Amino acid sequence: MAIKGKAKMRGDVVQVKVLMKHIMETGLRVDATTGEKIPAYHITEATCFWNGKEVFRTNLGPAVSKNPYLSFKIKGPQVSDILNFTSVDNKGVTDSGDFVVK
Amino acid sequence: MIPSQLFAAWPKDAFNSEAVNDAISQLYGQVPQASDRVKLKTPEIAENGAVVPVTVSTAIEDVESISIYVEGNPNPLAATFELTPYAVASVATRIKMGETSNVVAAVYANGNVYTAAQEVKVTIGGCGG
Repeated sequence: MAIKGKAKMRGDVVQVKVLMKHIMETGLRVDATTGEKIPAYHITEATCFWNGKEVFRTNLGPAVSKNPYLSFKIKGPQVSDILNFTSVDNKGVTDSGDFVVK
Repeated sequence: MIPSQLFAAWPKDAFNSEAVNDAISQLYGQVPQASDRVKLKTPEIAENGAVVPVTVSTAIEDVESISIYVEGNPNPLAATFELTPYAVASVATRIKMGETSNVVAAVYANGNVYTAAQEVKVTIGGCGG
């Protein structure tokens, strides 16, 4: 599983769009058959790196929609640079993706 | 169970807060002030509360953090965005809303918290079962 994303140069700003794959369970839903609460299971943090430097970071709660979408803008990276995006969820499962700036 | 260092930076108390201003105070230690320089874009009506697009941007300088809240959710804080000097103060995501309520955007810059709010009418809630 890899995080999908696009990074596009617009003037001197890079527009990054990221789509992560995650159920983002709220912890509020009740299992209809057992009557028990379904535990919260969601991405907690996602970070974007450029040349090993952190350029953007986000903390997510369970109120972010399933398969979280993020869009943000950064200055500095140039066309054909690589951005690395990594995420971790509340069970410690990590995911990542590399996007080339176009 | 889970290595605690993974959560070192995740602001648990803010995400567990049950009121917008409590969460803002947990995150930034400040009382917010409304500002028309915070631009919050949401749909007026969300047919599906499970997927509500939200965009926050601002011309305020030296923004360190942006956060998004849903007043009507049990825990209002949805997400925070930590901006490095490389980041431009413009973010978008999609959030869940259980019912019609205000969506609040907060911008933290130069030790102050600026907010903007907008009501979103939800036809089908996206938080319950």
